Amino acid sequence: MTDLAIETHALSRRFGAQAAVAGIDLAVPRGSVFGFLGPNGSGKTTTIRMLLGLVEPTSGESLVLGESMPRGWRSVLPRVGALVEGPAFLPYLSGAANLSRFDAADRDGERRTRRDRVESALARVGLSHAAGKPVKAYSLGMKQRLGLANAMLRPRELLVLDEPTNGLDPQGTREVRNLIRSFAADGTTVFVSSHLLVEVEQLCSHAAVMSAGSIVAQGTLHDLHGADATTVVVRTPDAEAAQRVLREAGLDPTAVPLDGGDQRITAAIDQSTVDADGLVSALVAAGVRVRGFALDEPTLEDRFVALTGEGFDVVA
Amino acid sequence: MSSPKPALHTPRRLVGLDLLISELAVLFRRRRTIAMLASIALIPILLAVAVALSSAVLEPGQGPPFLDRVTQNGLFVGFTAMVVGIPLFLPLTVGVVAGDTIAGEAAHGTLRYLLVAPAGRIRLLLVKYAGTVAWALAATTTLMLSGAVIGSILFPVGPVTLLSGDVIAVPEAVLRILLVALYVSVSLMGLSAIGLFISTLTDVPVGAMAATVVVPIVSQILDALPQLAWMHPYLLTHYWLGFSDILRNPIEWSSFGSNAVLQLAYIVIFGSLAYGRFATKSILS
Repeated sequence: MTDLAIETHALSRRFGAQAAVAGIDLAVPRGSVFGFLGPNGSGKTTTIRMLLGLVEPTSGESLVLGESMPRGWRSVLPRVGALVEGPAFLPYLSGAANLSRFDAADRDGERRTRRDRVESALARVGLSHAAGKPVKAYSLGMKQRLGLANAMLRPRELLVLDEPTNGLDPQGTREVRNLIRSFAADGTTVFVSSHLLVEVEQLCSHAAVMSAGSIVAQGTLHDLHGADATTVVVRTPDAEAAQRVLREAGLDPTAVPLDGGDQRITAAIDQSTVDADGLVSALVAAGVRVRGFALDEPTLEDRFVALTGEGFDVVA
Repeated sequence: MSSPKPALHTPRRLVGLDLLISELAVLFRRRRTIAMLASIALIPILLAVAVALSSAVLEPGQGPPFLDRVTQNGLFVGFTAMVVGIPLFLPLTVGVVAGDTIAGEAAHGTLRYLLVAPAGRIRLLLVKYAGTVAWALAATTTLMLSGAVIGSILFPVGPVTLLSGDVIAVPEAVLRILLVALYVSVSLMGLSAIGLFISTLTDVPVGAMAATVVVPIVSQILDALPQLAWMHPYLLTHYWLGFSDILRNPIEWSSFGSNAVLQLAYIVIFGSLAYGRFATKSILS
């Protein structure tokens, strides 16, 4: 049995001449909270639609929960909860009626337990008070929460959430993050697409970055951060001495003068070979007046921009 | 979930009627559906009131079929109303319901959620089609019963003289009324299949509705051109007015049969087209 909840091989989808998704190999481990990053138009949603059997791939294959999609939809999809490209409901039905309808659409949705499951899903997203109101009276945030309630109507092995915090206020966003964490704690694999990097940094154990139809990076969040690209930053008036110490430690420092006579010395550091803690004592022992010492890890945003390019014109 | 975790795999059901029940409940609780039913009920009422208020006595055969008999027997109101309703108004309502089936879900974005639920594409098509058939039955029955009720209020009711000259008692006449409703419902089933197919082609329900309504209008125009006589037996609307054969004794079933076969052919053709289109369609809405 595979330990991957989602696995794709050279999955591609063309729309006319445009390759929306150009041969991606996704590997989403079971039990992970997997961030699916990428600028707008990079192919995230098309990928999600292929995983859920809404769009057939032009070529390549995808396995969801160990079964081929779209062929295996009948046994795969009941185990998957999804929020795809925003929530959608019949506006003239109440929130609870909409959830019941989607549950009835699944042959395996138990009628006996439906009312209870709808009620508890609504309670879980804090919509009990609005259960009987027509959805057209809902705010965007309430619709988003109703969409999440729909994804959790039944116990799921995999949740596919496309931009789950879209349109939510800060409290709502926090609540959604807590919900996602609680799912993950239950062992549910959560596949979250987002362009909010902070969200991914706070939530996810793994991530993939998509750009112009291809996956440009994939792995644990730690890998993606580029832990090997850490820089040591020293602020001191004794630049010469400091650089000498760093060079002796095997680093390649560069110094930039700052206002007020101090210099900012930076050097890439591989923490697996150089003991960063030892550097401070070495500097102090050499009489360097250390006014600042930091290990700078690149933010995910830096990595993201480095991988996907600057500006709006990223789908060239 | 703090409670003990329920089993992830529930036993698989083969059919699952809940979707059909839910579809019918949503359709018939919808304000638009209720408004359409109300306006259908209004056709015989307007007709009967107009006849009751006018002093003019029609010569036999004058005006729409059966209209001359209405003042003598209220049970004819429904038949007359059906003659008035079938060319345009009833197909219009079928166009609205059938055109909305898939395109309406697509426009609301709910189609993707039904499919990932998963409803199953073929099952969803069948349920949507069953919904339009249920609509046709409800619409024609409402029209006929509304006609019988208003007719019995405004005019005398008694044994009905049929087109063949025979006389049938009131209970038998009520049965004939329901048979006419059935005949017209069958007449509308081919159109429902055409509407379902058109609805799979677009995400704009109004477009699908309009396109569906155009079909019976064109068909009736073609049916009126004697130069195209060879084509007439194959036209969707060719037997639509044949329900008057229900009013003979014994009932002339041949038009019912020909109509049923013709409608079945339309259902098979456009049902297959709808399936072919929808089974692999990319759902991008």
